[in-house]
This record gives sequence, C-alpha cells and structure tokens, in this order.
Amino acid sequence: MSNPPLLQVRDLRKHYTRPSRGWLAPPVHHRVVDGLDFDLGAGETLGLVGESGCGKSTTGKLVMRLTPANGGQVRLDGVDLLSLPLKQFNAWRPQLQMVFQDPGGSLNPVYTVAQSLEEPLKVHAPHLSASDRRDRVAELLQQVGLASSHGLRYPHEFSGGQRQRIAIARALALQPRLIVADEPVSALDVSVQAQVLNLMQDLKERHGLAYLFIAHDLAVVRHMSQRVAVMYRGRIVESAPCEALYRTPLHPYTRLLLESVPRLRGTPTTAVVAMPQVPSGPDACAFHDRCPRRTARCAEAAPLLREAAPGHSVACHHL
Amino acid sequence: MKAPAPLLQVSDLHTCFHSRRGPLTVVAGVDLAVYPGEVVALLGESGCGKSATALSLMGLIPPRSGQVSQGQILFNGQDLRQLRRRQLDEVRGRDLAMIFQDPMSALNPVLSIGRQLRETLCRHLPLDAREAEQEALRLLAEVGIPHPADCLKAYPHQLSGGLCQRVMIAMAVCCNPRLLIADEPTTALDVTVQRQVMHLLDGLRRRRAMALLLITHDLGVVAQYADRALVMYLGQVVEQGPVQRLFERPAHPYTRALLASMPDIDASPARLPGLAGQVPDLHQRPVGCAFAARCGHADDRCRAERPALTALTATRQVRCWHPLTESA
Repeated sequence: MSNPPLLQVRDLRKHYTRPSRGWLAPPVHHRVVDGLDFDLGAGETLGLVGESGCGKSTTGKLVMRLTPANGGQVRLDGVDLLSLPLKQFNAWRPQLQMVFQDPGGSLNPVYTVAQSLEEPLKVHAPHLSASDRRDRVAELLQQVGLASSHGLRYPHEFSGGQRQRIAIARALALQPRLIVADEPVSALDVSVQAQVLNLMQDLKERHGLAYLFIAHDLAVVRHMSQRVAVMYRGRIVESAPCEALYRTPLHPYTRLLLESVPRLRGTPTTAVVAMPQVPSGPDACAFHDRCPRRTARCAEAAPLLREAAPGHSVACHHL
Repeated sequence: MKAPAPLLQVSDLHTCFHSRRGPLTVVAGVDLAVYPGEVVALLGESGCGKSATALSLMGLIPPRSGQVSQGQILFNGQDLRQLRRRQLDEVRGRDLAMIFQDPMSALNPVLSIGRQLRETLCRHLPLDAREAEQEALRLLAEVGIPHPADCLKAYPHQLSGGLCQRVMIAMAVCCNPRLLIADEPTTALDVTVQRQVMHLLDGLRRRRAMALLLITHDLGVVAQYADRALVMYLGQVVEQGPVQRLFERPAHPYTRALLASMPDIDASPARLPGLAGQVPDLHQRPVGCAFAARCGHADDRCRAERPALTALTATRQVRCWHPLTESA
C-alpha cells in the first residue's frame, strides 16, 4: 500500500488496577484492552462489536485520547497521537471527533444548542467572526435535518433522536475526518434509530467521513460497516469485511453472537452456551471456558489473530 | 376463538399521570386478554404506554404520580381494581407476578439474595425457615444458577446482570404464578445472556403452564417467543393478532413502518425506510387517528375521526381506516 490508512492502531493496551483485597495480597490488574491492532481507511466504517465489558467503549476513548493508554500506538496519517505532547495533540483534535451513546448527557444542559455548536469553533477556529460562527451553526443544523431556529433552544426541549442529531452536528463542526461513534443509536427507538443511521450514512458520503462505529447491535453494525471487528475480553477475536463476517463467521464466539440474535423469521436456536466462568489467565484463549470446540491447547496458549482468508483474520486454534 | 375463559381480561383501561399541564393520559383505552399458558407480547416504542399498562395491571402506579382512572382488570374472575390492598397482596406475588427491566435495581441492595427469596416464600407459602432455605436453593438451581448455595449468601452487587435477572425470575415464579408479567426482561442484558434468559423463561412457562405477558420493544424477541402480539402507539392498541401473521402481513401502517425500520441482520444493507416525524405530544392527542401525522395513507377522515379497533379476521384486529390489505 502506498498511502497509510487514515487510522492505524497498534498493540493498544489499557489496564485498570484494583487495590488488593487484603494485606500483602497483590493488586488485581484488569486488562480491559489487551493488545489491539486494527486499521481504518479514509471514508471507511469499521464496526467494533462485542458485549458489555469487552472493552469496545474503552477502545473508543483511547483512540480519542480521553483516557491514557498503558501502551501501544494510535497513528493518524502515520503520526502516533498517543506520544505527542498534549499541546501538539490539541492541533490534531479537530480531525477526530466523538459521538456518545447518551445525547442527553453529552450536551451541556445550560447551553443553548447554538452555544454547544459554537464551542468547538471558538476553541479551534478562533479566526472566525461571530457572524461566521452563526452561519456555520445554521449550516450544521440544516445538515442534520434541523431548522436554524432550533439553535435557540435548550437540549431538554428536544427528543432523544433530535439530541443525537445535535451531537452529530457538534462533531461535524470542525470538519473531522474520523468520527468515533460509541453506541450512537442504542438509546433510541427503532424508528428513530433508522433516521439517525440514514443521516450518518448521508453525512459520511457527503463529507468522506470515516467512522469507528462501536455498537453491540449486530444488525445495526452490519447495516453501517464495511469492515467489522469482534471484541471479546479486551481482544479482537475476528476481523473481516462485513459481508464475509456475517456470511461465514469463523470464530466460535462470533457464531455464538450471531446465533443469539432473535430473528423475525424462523424458530429460536436452542443451543445454549455456558455462562462465563472465572476470567482466564493471560496464557489462555479468553473464550475457552465457554467454547464448544475447546481442547487442552486452548487453556495453554492464547491464539493470535491470523489471516484465514484475504482480509479475514481470526484468533482461534481450531479453524 | 379459544374455548377456555381468559385468565386476564382487561377492558377499556385508562391510566393517567399527574403533570404540571394537567392529567396526562398515558394508557387510553387498552383492551387485552391473556389465556392460560399463552405468551402475549405488548410491543411498542418508548412512551407508548406499554410499561404503564403493566404497572396498572399490578396496581403499581404510585398514587403520588398517577392512577388507573377507568376500566376493568379481571384476573381469574376477580376485578383487581375492586380489591382491597390486603386482598390484592394475596394475589400479587402468588398468582400474578412481575419481573422488571433492570434486575439490579429491582433487588434490594442491602439484603442477601437468600433473605429476599425467603421473604417472598414465607409471605405466601406455609414454610418454616429451614424449608424456605431448601426451597430457595431448589429454585436457584431451577433457574440455572451455577452455585446456588453461594448465591444465597451473595448480595445483588456481587452478581452479574444475567444472574440478577435469574434471581428475579426465581423470586417471581416461586409461588407458581398463573401469569408472569415480564417488562423488558432482557433489554439490559447482552445478546448471549438474553438468549439464555428467554430460554429459561420459555422453559419455566412450559413446565408450569404459566401464561406470560411479555412487554418489549424488541421485535426479534416477540417473533421468537410470543404467540400473539399487541402493537401499541400513543397509549392505544393499534393492531393485534398472531405473531407470525402480524409480522408477515402487518395491517397497520405503524406496524409495517416499525418492521421496516429494523436493520436486517441476515441481509446486505439497504437504505432503511424509517418513519418520518415524531410521536405526538400526549397533551395534544390528535383528534383523529393518533398515527395520521406520520402515515403515508392518511386522508381527511383519518385526521378528523378516530378509528376503533375493528376485526380484520377472526384472530386479528386493527385500528385503522385504511388497513393494508393482503395485496398491499
């Protein structure tokens, strides 16, 4: 490849340490994100799926540098953002923006919508005059399907779907190239969810945006993504082009996830996989306690992500 | 229709909440029947009144915030609205039980699981402390909790969401209820845990010949586990019928839009038709059909006259002036 991908994440790590439970007992380290590698091209959407606690939201925060990483690199255009001094990193911030799950909680309740949208412009585009900013705010609101008069209102006057539109408008204010969207539609009803997903698709096409689309809803991820990475206990267990992942899932965990989604048609699958037991050690496959295909080897060595088909990588000993 | 008498027969249920702008009618004339052993789903988006309906059935609307203002709730031949508090307490928890969306907050955080289970058991069954302990152990094993004895000593915060929901289920079914109301039982759970919990509920229902009123917004769960579904919009049932027929050929434009809004996990992405507009303000309930403002088929009659729930076939009813026909 001649051009490096827009975003390259290499060996990204985040540990949380819990104080020891007793005198002399060692503190407990939780490896929340445990060596992630992925690429995201310009204008591409990478879906990051997994169940609660798998580290997908932490990954989003690490990429945004909202929480310090314990190791690894997040390279944008080949520049490692994590090693930059904060002042230099701030110059990069407009390029990557974030949309959160709860639009009610991520908008300042005492700011009008226009004030919320102007804030990033004031910080990162100080050369704009007040009237330029007002024009830009009106343009942003119109892009997300709201009227410019909505700018005078406060977040509580809007429905959940409208608030998420406002949050998206704020993320767009600085013309980013990458938007990290952490569960952007999971708080919304299905009919509103469809509106917001359509809006995100339209904006992506119009502005050539790349999305790191973090979600637990497998149907929504399929709908939005070109590539999908499945996370389990802090690691990527499978990563593939969207169609390949949904048509021919290779990792037992991906299969379990896909089978578990209740379908509109057909009867429920009755196979019920064991509940998670104790967390496994660093030298075991994270899924081995629940896996129907486990062997002794799974408890001894953690499988590495290997390419099983072009662009389709799986971390499993039994392919 | 089926031969046996319905276990639960709700007619013309109205529930309103107090608000600064006057009473807010959240449930506006719901009719609902559940037959013994049947799984009925109450389906709708947030604010449609499905949870308020469930709380009304259980008599759990706090008097400070609202009340059931009209209607009849016949359960087992008794009108629950006419019962005194003590009589109602005999029915609730014994013949009629409920589980909630967030199992963590539905359990008392400062009492052990065992204590909470024993309390329910001793309240309704003639058991002494040791028998109650034994029964609690048996129940926890029945709902598939790996180490029941440890679980009895644990506190809710020490258990995962899936385990808490299993404990809630154990507590709800401990007196062999004839009807279990499950309000979004798996919404807070991960998809693999959701399947385990739904599988458990379905198994218990079959073994104990219990009817289930499943309140959910998840169309997939309804399709997989319910016999019959009622679709609610703005406090009213807009369509009801057997799930398979309802999902294959929705008759109400709202049901159809809801189904079309859901991304399909088994198909390549296509643009979602979505549903324009928003649910109307409950304070300004439209004169005509509640869905008219968002409906592609709406005409003057829809905007002026409120349609009634009318029979489409022997088993299906729809509240629409222009129901989508088989060919549409």
